[in-house]
Amino acid sequence: MAAILDAQGLNKCFGAVTAAQGVTAAIERDSVVGLIGTNGAGKTTFINMITGYLKPDSGSIRYEGRDITALAPRQIARLGICRSFQIPQLYSSLSVYENMLMALGIMLHNAGRGGFFSSGRPGVPGHDAPAEEAADRILGRFGLSGYRDRNAQVLPGGVRKLLDIALTMAAKPRVLLLDEPTSGVSAEEKFGIMELIIQAVKAEGATVIFVEHDMEVVSRFAQRVLAFYDGRIIADAPPETVLRDAEVRRYVVGTVGRSTRA
Amino acid sequence: MTRDRTPLLLAAILAAVVAGGLALPQWALFILTVACAQGLVVLGLMLLLRAGLVSFGQALYYCIGAYTAGGLARAFKIGDIFVQMFAGSALAALVALVLGFLLARYRGIFFGLLSLALSMILYGLIVKSEALGSTDGFNLLPSTLFGVRPSAAWVRYAVAVAAACVALGAAFLIHRFLNTPLGRLGPAIKDNEIRVEYMGASVRYAIHVNYVIAAALAGAGGALAASTVGHIDPEMAYWTTSGEFVFIAILAGTGSVIAPFLGALIFGAIHTIAYDVSPNTWQLSMGAALLLAIVFLPEGLWSLFVRRKAA
Repeated sequence: MAAILDAQGLNKCFGAVTAAQGVTAAIERDSVVGLIGTNGAGKTTFINMITGYLKPDSGSIRYEGRDITALAPRQIARLGICRSFQIPQLYSSLSVYENMLMALGIMLHNAGRGGFFSSGRPGVPGHDAPAEEAADRILGRFGLSGYRDRNAQVLPGGVRKLLDIALTMAAKPRVLLLDEPTSGVSAEEKFGIMELIIQAVKAEGATVIFVEHDMEVVSRFAQRVLAFYDGRIIADAPPETVLRDAEVRRYVVGTVGRSTRA
Repeated sequence: MTRDRTPLLLAAILAAVVAGGLALPQWALFILTVACAQGLVVLGLMLLLRAGLVSFGQALYYCIGAYTAGGLARAFKIGDIFVQMFAGSALAALVALVLGFLLARYRGIFFGLLSLALSMILYGLIVKSEALGSTDGFNLLPSTLFGVRPSAAWVRYAVAVAAACVALGAAFLIHRFLNTPLGRLGPAIKDNEIRVEYMGASVRYAIHVNYVIAAALAGAGGALAASTVGHIDPEMAYWTTSGEFVFIAILAGTGSVIAPFLGALIFGAIHTIAYDVSPNTWQLSMGAALLLAIVFLPEGLWSLFVRRKAA
């Protein structure tokens, strides 16, 4: 499989703290990659560098052969690299439905459709339907229809998380980066959410990179795992191999054997 | 999906002005015209408010519009109200296009104070300029419409109808803009800029566009006010003028493109009555009115017309 995303020798320091040193990883097309590591190991920094929020001090990131290191987040998003957030980033004064319309509206805007002089209800690129219909369809797929007219501010934690991910998926990303998709979600809901995401991704054909602390989730869903420690990648292999790695067990998973179940 | 009734409502209001205006006394027509002028400015302010930006400097563009109208009248003997409004609007938009590159970077109090500072710079420049009449300002020629000067008995009515046409036409265009993906972004920007950027839209661009549109509206409003009042002075750029626009915007609410005009009309009415009843304490009455509006109608007057949505 060909690499869709290629990070080469990424370095990033915040004062005395090194958040990334020589991070190199090529992500294959349509793969599902889990990022593990303790807090401060550099997982989110890696995602932030790919999505343009942080610029690496040195190194480069290529997407389908194109250098995207210097691009702004919105330019990277337009190329098809989209992310969700550890703390859901919603439009809190709007309803769930309006949140979704906003996401689809931005797609229309970027495609130059639905402008001031256009008439009718243009189809959202990739959805083949007007925004109103597409919004309902996506909410349905993510099991959010019951919350359609609720204000985003008053949603339960798991639903907020799901909406955050649904907004990201609405953009039809080619590469989907999920920052702790199951954090703040009850243990029962975790697998359900991941199942939903992976199913949707399989249907669309996208590459997934997700940060996760729950090793059961990682070993169930990831095809490949990058283990971060102190700003470096200390292991890069399928989950069963990585979770048995001595260094990973010492620095990331802890010594408890439970987490090595594949 | 509910049908969009705003265009119909705008047409009905215009018809009411055309028909009802015949029965109104001169002073009421004057208040109506000034309300159209102020409503145009507030309509632009509403665009910015939707995106979470409070401009304390819309008087800058109001004044630019007014002095453009004055300049046209003085230098070229052009008294046509439509030409004046178009020129005032265009010049204001041009200035906003340039200043927008700076202002679109700022939010919150920084945006508010920077916009205020810019309007005060214009105020200072005009006050120091003898050619522009300094603190006294200067008078304008009586308005003409398409080159025709209405008789004294009809001029107030004709200008009021022209003003209503422009104001409601602008409201219709803004209503349309607010239904485009770019126009809809306002509340999203107010709520969460990070999400907007990560969905692939440029917040700065959206704010810049809103800022230029707001300036164009304020420029047209300024030219209309200048032509209606027949006199312009640097007070039009003073921060209290901007404050009045913010006052009306809060009073009106951001619920509809009609709200700014309703707000301006009620503001004009309260102002006139309060001044008539007690010339020395009219500000007190205005302040009390605003307080009541904030306490009982936090979403503005327009919330009276919106059916309560189920929570």
